Amino acid sequence: MTEDTKFHHGDATDAAPIVEMKNIEKHFGNIIALAGVSFDVKPGECHCLLGDNGAGKSTFIKTMSGVHKPTKGEIFFEGKPLHFDTPRDAMEAGIATVFQDLAMIPLMSVTRNFFMGREPTKGKGLLKRFDVDTANEVCMEEMRNMGINLRGPDQAVGTLSGGERQTVAIARAVYFGAKILILDEPTSALGVRQTSNVLATIDKVRSQGVGVVFISHNVRHALAVGDRFTVLNRGKTLGTAKRGEITPEQLQDLMAGGQEMAELEGSLGGTV
Amino acid sequence: MSQSAPVAADERVKSEPFLTKLMKRPELGAMAGVILVFIFFAITADASMFTLAGVMNFMTPAAQLGILAIGAALLMIGGEFDLSIGSMVAFSGLFFGVCVVTWQLPLMAAIPMTFVFAAMVGAVNGNIVIRSGLPSFIVTLAFLFILRGLSLVGLKMATGGSTQLRGVRDATENDWLAPFFAGEAFGGLFSWLAANGLIDTFKSGAPKVPGIPVEILWFIALALVATYVLLRTPAGNWIFASGGDRIAASNSGVPVNRVKVSLFMLTACCAALVAIITVMDAGSTDARRGFQKEFEAIIAAVIGGCLLTGGYGSAIGAFFGSIIFGMVVIGLTYTDFDQDWFQVFLGAMLLIAVLFNNAIRKRVTGER
Repeated sequence: MTEDTKFHHGDATDAAPIVEMKNIEKHFGNIIALAGVSFDVKPGECHCLLGDNGAGKSTFIKTMSGVHKPTKGEIFFEGKPLHFDTPRDAMEAGIATVFQDLAMIPLMSVTRNFFMGREPTKGKGLLKRFDVDTANEVCMEEMRNMGINLRGPDQAVGTLSGGERQTVAIARAVYFGAKILILDEPTSALGVRQTSNVLATIDKVRSQGVGVVFISHNVRHALAVGDRFTVLNRGKTLGTAKRGEITPEQLQDLMAGGQEMAELEGSLGGTV
Repeated sequence: MSQSAPVAADERVKSEPFLTKLMKRPELGAMAGVILVFIFFAITADASMFTLAGVMNFMTPAAQLGILAIGAALLMIGGEFDLSIGSMVAFSGLFFGVCVVTWQLPLMAAIPMTFVFAAMVGAVNGNIVIRSGLPSFIVTLAFLFILRGLSLVGLKMATGGSTQLRGVRDATENDWLAPFFAGEAFGGLFSWLAANGLIDTFKSGAPKVPGIPVEILWFIALALVATYVLLRTPAGNWIFASGGDRIAASNSGVPVNRVKVSLFMLTACCAALVAIITVMDAGSTDARRGFQKEFEAIIAAVIGGCLLTGGYGSAIGAFFGSIIFGMVVIGLTYTDFDQDWFQVFLGAMLLIAVLFNNAIRKRVTGER
């Protein structure tokens, strides 16, 4: 690593991993989406999962967050073997995912999206109800902390920009006390300023001791915040490198499958 | 982030006029519709339409439709359709009739059994939709015919060849539960009002309106409960979420399948409630009961602001949508117009409502 960034990087390497996944395989019919992927996340680190389109990044994190069940392989959560039947199980264990499609519903208000599936309630028995006032208050407060001023808590998510939606999704995950935050290409659709906002958010989240899994195919964004880097290619891990052990060029080559990329880059004059 | 503290107004957000805010409410269309229809009949209809007796007159069919429409609205917000509710009215009416007449059961057993039975059929509907991934439109269209056919066959089996099962009134007349599902409520109050000259009476001194028909009370109660559930409970949020985007909702931990199956069961139970009320009222059940009600209920829900794509709408809207219905069906008899204008009106209203809803949705989501 030659260029340094403004972010503080945690030395979380001695801590026990929160989640450890060993030799995960996932088959869809006769398609082998994952052919033995191992990966772990420690508290307070940002572990980047890199790979080109179709490398299996999305399938892998969906396995981690309980959407898919692995065909083979083991998952350990805080040292104990575990399997999730539903995304809700994973969420309750503390694995929060911000999906590429954001899991946001455009027609619903920001507050309703923020608390979707985990509504605060008050009252008991038949009178148990959605505590709208608290929800609105918390939502406005969290959004303000993230630098977004909403028109009102009832503003529909459909009216927010891509970056703002991303921030709502991250704020939601963090608010609900995630131990592991999985971000699926959070910066892929964002402008420059919104990207740096999201990266800064990742840094902030990490410093609170949350393990961040940052999926990206943008090496520059990954290097800006990552502590460790794992590259996936065609359903397999190509290895994990610590920060400082690998250069952007090497990462780029690994992601693209090496050889051809070097040739391509040559023809483009090293601009990729 | 850094700029946390000051709540600076965003210079890119224009302040919203009150009217625009109002435009965003899903039930606005239906409320405006009620006012328009009211004005129309205030001008064209006989003045007796808006006397107490006239109001009860149009509120009764409105309520019978409305109970179905509120169920249909919740299901539509949850992202599904049920075209079998009309047939369900006939089918659960048959079941209820058989319980009461053939098996001689008291209402205390017959009514819960009818609800459980309807809920089971609803659950079958829902489970087929969820498990097969087919559009609910097709699955429930199949049940529209299956249930109507079963009602016919079942009625003939129960009566030995007739498509009408009589004797419900005799069997239920003296049951203590009957007043909750048939006739008029608050009879005492209305007699008292009549005695004190506060409401119109016949020459004999009996009030022209003996009480509030029970279905109107059920209708209002259901609208209130449904609105409360939608807007003020976690379940309501789950219904909106399931209809808005089932994948996003389920990724966020909303039990989408459970929500949808429950909504199918609820719609079926609404149909059963209408069946029980109308069968007890008529004293008999027949195979044509609830004919085409599924379309009217869905139209009322759409007029009430429900989007056909789910995730948006309101129970209060369906409430007003049903009142529009009742007003027009009955109101035309108070005017010089041909009654069959009703159908024309129905189609036109649906079309206007859908166009209107589309425009509203674009406003809400800020679609560009």
